[in-house]
Amino acid sequence: MSDRIAVSVCNLRHRYGDHEALCGIGFTVSTGEIFGLLGPNGGGKTTLFRLLATLLPVQSGTATLLGKNVATESRSVRQLIGVTFQSPSLDGKLTVAENLLHQAHLYGMSGQTAKSRIDELLDRLGLKDRARDLVQSLSGGLKRRVEVAKSLLHQPCILLLDEPSTGLDPGARHDLWEYLSRLRRDEGTTILVTTHLMEEADRCDRLGILHRGELVAIGKPDELRLSVGGDCLTIQSLDPKSLAEKLANRFQLTPRQIGESIRIEGNAGHELLRDIVTAFPNEITAISLAKPTLEDVFISRTGHRFWENEPV
Amino acid sequence: MSKAIAIPESIHYSNADIAHGEPSISLAVYTLALRELVRFFRQRTRIIGALGQPFIFWILFGAGLQGSFRGPAGISYQEYFFPGVAVMIVMFTAIFSTISIIEDRREGFLQGVLVAPVSRTAIVLGKVFGGTILAVMQAVLFLAIGPLLAFVGLSPPISTGLTWFNFPVVLAYLALVAFALTSLGYLIAWPMDSTHGFHAIMSVFLMPMWLLSGSFFPAPESGWLSWVIRLNPLTYGTAGLRRLVTPNIDAVAGLPSFPLCLAVTVASAVAYISIAIWMTGRQTAHNAR
Repeated sequence: MSDRIAVSVCNLRHRYGDHEALCGIGFTVSTGEIFGLLGPNGGGKTTLFRLLATLLPVQSGTATLLGKNVATESRSVRQLIGVTFQSPSLDGKLTVAENLLHQAHLYGMSGQTAKSRIDELLDRLGLKDRARDLVQSLSGGLKRRVEVAKSLLHQPCILLLDEPSTGLDPGARHDLWEYLSRLRRDEGTTILVTTHLMEEADRCDRLGILHRGELVAIGKPDELRLSVGGDCLTIQSLDPKSLAEKLANRFQLTPRQIGESIRIEGNAGHELLRDIVTAFPNEITAISLAKPTLEDVFISRTGHRFWENEPV
Repeated sequence: MSKAIAIPESIHYSNADIAHGEPSISLAVYTLALRELVRFFRQRTRIIGALGQPFIFWILFGAGLQGSFRGPAGISYQEYFFPGVAVMIVMFTAIFSTISIIEDRREGFLQGVLVAPVSRTAIVLGKVFGGTILAVMQAVLFLAIGPLLAFVGLSPPISTGLTWFNFPVVLAYLALVAFALTSLGYLIAWPMDSTHGFHAIMSVFLMPMWLLSGSFFPAPESGWLSWVIRLNPLTYGTAGLRRLVTPNIDAVAGLPSFPLCLAVTVASAVAYISIAIWMTGRQTAHNAR
């Protein structure tokens, strides 16, 4: 990994009417890094993605990609980036190969250059035998692969992906991430990905957590988890409410009831686990001890659950 | 975080894309126009609709109105309506090829084009040239086949002024009218989010624009209707074509002169395409939808 700066965002704000979608955020991404923007829907991820992709006008603040300003040098920025959209930007009435050729032409490649580059990507993404199929006949996973191939045709320095796993089954998701890791390793491509999936966020080198237009945390996934500290006990019970009360009285804890389970954060989790199981052997259906997850990071930074806006 | 982050001059970009340079406008226009053609020929219903409807209109209106119609210099309704149908073909093709902008936007295809480093002018021209080619192809097909229907009794024999001699001129003029109407369709479709809106505009604006262009019936001598027709830019598009394909000079005597028709059509084409390019070049939240 290098310390050159691929993406630099400074005090970026964006509002839609009265609604402030981004409230002045800033971060940098080094070249060759896989950087994730994690947050629930409506957190501002897609707005940020569209600003970086030159689709939205910059209202306030600056964003530069490899030193090119998104607002004033959008043509240069467009040369540098490859963009994978949440809903694939493909023409269903064209074949896979035709879609890619169209894209190649838009990026100034034609003839043999375009052809060999298209063949290479079809091969690398395992699309060779589907090249002559109409895109509208492909499954969601295959469409996504074509979309990725499309965004890589011109060998972009920076790849922007908006929720790339939407609609993908776990196998296809795994393949996609394998491919992204390889791309970063072999070609040094900087990858910026938005996601609402913890599992996906875990695969990033660094993460920014966006909540209500603010960057509430930034760092490596492990660092973020460590920042929460301690251990996490998750207890399943048939009657979580009464068990939570009993636990609170007996061990002077502050258990949090989340849905049907109870969560306890604290140090020396292994000892606590033993004591709890001994004390309430019949009221616990399952208990697990784990290090904090990214979801715990989100909860501790925002005071909100990831999926809902209500306070925990 | 400091506002200006200096990037050392000596950065060596490992990736090759910077070497590609500026993609050419012509390649982008070519590929976008080609896409329009490929899509058209893959949608069989569009071909049937685009070619079938004008023939049906021409045959049915011709049969129904020929008794009551008193055209200039005594020409039959079919003969009068003939260039009007060609203009109708051009208009409908323009409408249906630009309505796809709304679909492209909704399906996400347009975003992919907008993030490409092509000039916004190329995006407009690609769409408009694609629509123009489709429109001209169909109109020419109609102009060539229409008169043959007399042999199967579907129309009275009509004399067209279309010859091998003036064919290139007719073709060029049709292309001009098609370019203007496709640009008009583009600038109507660009700001829209749903095809319903476009259909509404089509019913209350584009259809009347064609009906009141002298395509369907001749302009009366006076009254409000004559003024509406005189102020309609498409009147000059239709009149120009009529002058080119009607051999009977008396039948076109009351129409605007050909140079005037050409001037108005060129001026409206320039106006429409300029607005379309301006709209597309603006970076707005709408583009990111």
